[in-house]
Amino acid sequence: MAKLVAVTIVVIAIISAIPILRHTWWMAEDISTHGAPIDEQMSETMAEAGISFLASQILLAYFIWRFSGSRPGEKIKHLPGGAKAMVWAAILLVGTEVMALGIFGTKAWATIYFTPPAADAMPIQVQAGQFAFYFRYPGPDGKFGPTHPDLINEGTQNFFGLDQDHDPDSKDDIVTAEMAIPINHEIHLLMHAKDVGHSFFVPELRVQQDFVPGLDLSLHFTATKIGRYEIVCTQLCGLGHYNMKAYLSVKSQSDFDDWLKKQAAQQ
Amino acid sequence: MHDMSAHVTQHAPPTSFIRKHIFSLDHKVIGKQYYGMALLAAVAGMFLSWLMRIHLGWTNYAIPGLELLSKNGAPGNVMTPEFYLQLMTMHATIMVFFVLTTAPFAAFGNYFLPIQVGAEDMPFPHFNMMSFWVTFAGFLVLMSSFFVPDGPTLGGWTQYAPLSAVGKVSGPGQGTGVILWATSITLFCVGQLLGALNFITTTLDMRTRGMSMWRLPLSAWGWFITSCMGLTAFAVLMPACILLILDHVAGTSFFVPANLVINDQLQPHSGGSTLLWQHLFWFFGHPEVYIAIVPGMGMVSHVLITNMRKPMLSHRVLVYSMGALAVLSYMVYGHHMFVSGMNPVSSLAFSFPTLVITIPSTILVLIWLGSLYGAKLRINTASLFALGFVSMFISGGVSGFFLAQPSTDIMLHATYFVVGHFHMVMGVAAMFGIFAGTYFWFPKMFGRMMNETLGKLHFWLSFVGAYCIFMPFHYLGLAGNVRRYQAFVNDYTLRLIPVHRFITVAALCTGAAQLIFLYNLIHSRFWGEPATDNPWQGTSLEWSTPTTPPPHNNFGDKLPEVFHDPYQYGVEGSTGDYVMQTSPEQIKGAIDEA
Repeated sequence: MAKLVAVTIVVIAIISAIPILRHTWWMAEDISTHGAPIDEQMSETMAEAGISFLASQILLAYFIWRFSGSRPGEKIKHLPGGAKAMVWAAILLVGTEVMALGIFGTKAWATIYFTPPAADAMPIQVQAGQFAFYFRYPGPDGKFGPTHPDLINEGTQNFFGLDQDHDPDSKDDIVTAEMAIPINHEIHLLMHAKDVGHSFFVPELRVQQDFVPGLDLSLHFTATKIGRYEIVCTQLCGLGHYNMKAYLSVKSQSDFDDWLKKQAAQQ
Repeated sequence: MHDMSAHVTQHAPPTSFIRKHIFSLDHKVIGKQYYGMALLAAVAGMFLSWLMRIHLGWTNYAIPGLELLSKNGAPGNVMTPEFYLQLMTMHATIMVFFVLTTAPFAAFGNYFLPIQVGAEDMPFPHFNMMSFWVTFAGFLVLMSSFFVPDGPTLGGWTQYAPLSAVGKVSGPGQGTGVILWATSITLFCVGQLLGALNFITTTLDMRTRGMSMWRLPLSAWGWFITSCMGLTAFAVLMPACILLILDHVAGTSFFVPANLVINDQLQPHSGGSTLLWQHLFWFFGHPEVYIAIVPGMGMVSHVLITNMRKPMLSHRVLVYSMGALAVLSYMVYGHHMFVSGMNPVSSLAFSFPTLVITIPSTILVLIWLGSLYGAKLRINTASLFALGFVSMFISGGVSGFFLAQPSTDIMLHATYFVVGHFHMVMGVAAMFGIFAGTYFWFPKMFGRMMNETLGKLHFWLSFVGAYCIFMPFHYLGLAGNVRRYQAFVNDYTLRLIPVHRFITVAALCTGAAQLIFLYNLIHSRFWGEPATDNPWQGTSLEWSTPTTPPPHNNFGDKLPEVFHDPYQYGVEGSTGDYVMQTSPEQIKGAIDEA
């Protein structure tokens, strides 16, 4: 039976690795300027974790195969080097791996979070609420009008609680249910939660960030490929969580300008 | 150290049925009560997971009889989105708290820690009895939420605020359901704090003559380290739950900020912090992972050593590694919050210890592997599950590398990758630890052997089945499949539905295999082969009891005296290739770490 256990472990390990090596189910294509270091980090981690996984499972299988049974006449043996060798192996191998991943991972993280948005980044506000995203563009004046939570009313489609009668900055604000952005233009996303926690996840953009009620956050990114992508909520927000999504359209600058004009006309 | 020359009976054997089997002070009965409760909880939790998996594979499938569980939650026997989330929350809460914490720690620890240290009971038997009954009350309170009008909470076992704190306006089950959930967990924490106090005191003060700390078996070390973690982790979760209850019933706003608008209604709260809940929860939550797995590490090491017929490469290194995991577990909790909106510098600060914690984990794995070298490994059900534990721990452990780094976590956070990771490392591995412990100690607990053929069949179906269920979770996560969705409506998840169906079939089969275990457990309890006092030729004190199962005070008239390290295998002794801890005979060439 020991040999069967050993073979099973090896077979499971190899079968488990195949879809990873073949990228049968893999991350969506990256369409961001900041995504390359994340993908590299993912590949490096996959290589290191994959080697650790296969080596450990195969070693486990081999020892079960080789050292099971009473084997009369054979004496109990101890691994040359003993525990000290194992401790040093763990510290050196994993320690090096950890340091490398830590250093390169920090760099990848820093490219996203430790650089401020460019001065000409386009501000877009996104508000998450059960169970929809709404987007707000500042309009020609470049300013977002103030929001008044007590004025929020889905029935009258005042999703952000704007007071366009009294706040001049709100008059030209453009509110949409779909997010459109121009290609190769940095976006400064201002995130606001209306009710409970939500999240903004666009796998292709290599972006995932929670909306935190009571704490407005911001993100910045640049999309590099025209197309239509899904924005999904990843923070459990209630019964409609699974269906909370919106679309992100990456357009050419001229198509985006036309779209925005059309949206403004519909306000 | 306990001086057994002044051996005083702590409490007389009970005479009434109630004192013997229900409100018992005997640690062995309490251990069995914990085991029974964990078994009941596991059956409930697994049943819920079956319902969830069927729904995830075939969303509109009418599950016969489901309406009986909840009329509102399953009209026409088809699960509603909110009922899915309610089942998911209950599955996770039942499994994490009432199975993975109680079975390996409270059940086996209660039964065997006092025996392994050479004591007749724990120092505070009344606290011990209270520990179980308060925990059981917590379980009943949790299950009662199925019977309130809105049903259980749907907020997930993490109960993130403000979803959990604003009441029923945020969804079904978010009013009474959350209050019952938080009350249940508060009771659970009280129970486990009482248990942890007893475990720590038992280990430090109740050891018999000759039983130095380094002579404790690894299983005892696992329970001791876990109880130290439990004392600090549950002490944080309990007040957090009380504050959550106050947000519901006393009009406070600990976890709710101002200006929230739900259903076009401005909420009457201000001044709270949603991230405060996350910090408090995960300060408990990550140590909880180790609370679930460290007892398994200790038990599996104990089972492996007995079946390898040789000690581990180093007893002390294993103990230090488990201790390092316990200490580091408090420094890494922020990796659950990389994308939560906390300061990105904090993410890096939490990332580093999370990566470092892989070092003691790797040392543990390498010691287990290196110790197999040159062994004379006996293949039985207990050792198979122990080996399965090591394999699962490796598989679940390596995926931790991805989640330890903020940059890669961006792509995997809240996806099925995380679900696969924690199910393997703290779910299946911990369950395998429980199974290894059960098959190993059942003869001592009940005086009968379990059926080995059925046990091995149970192992094979569980081992292969668990890989078929949880390895594909990682692929789903890489493809961006978000967790906690009751249906997969995103364009990019449509092609993943066949994978979900494969997982569902695997889960149903693997779940069904657990019925073999249940049958074996019940059948062997009454009709199994009678067990000898030491069926596995073990060396530690549980195999030195005068009878099997042990008598009321464990060791009869006189507490044992310990002369050796716990694992004197591969040495020539009067009883064969091992020398028991209680044997006064000299061992040539033995290295005594004590």
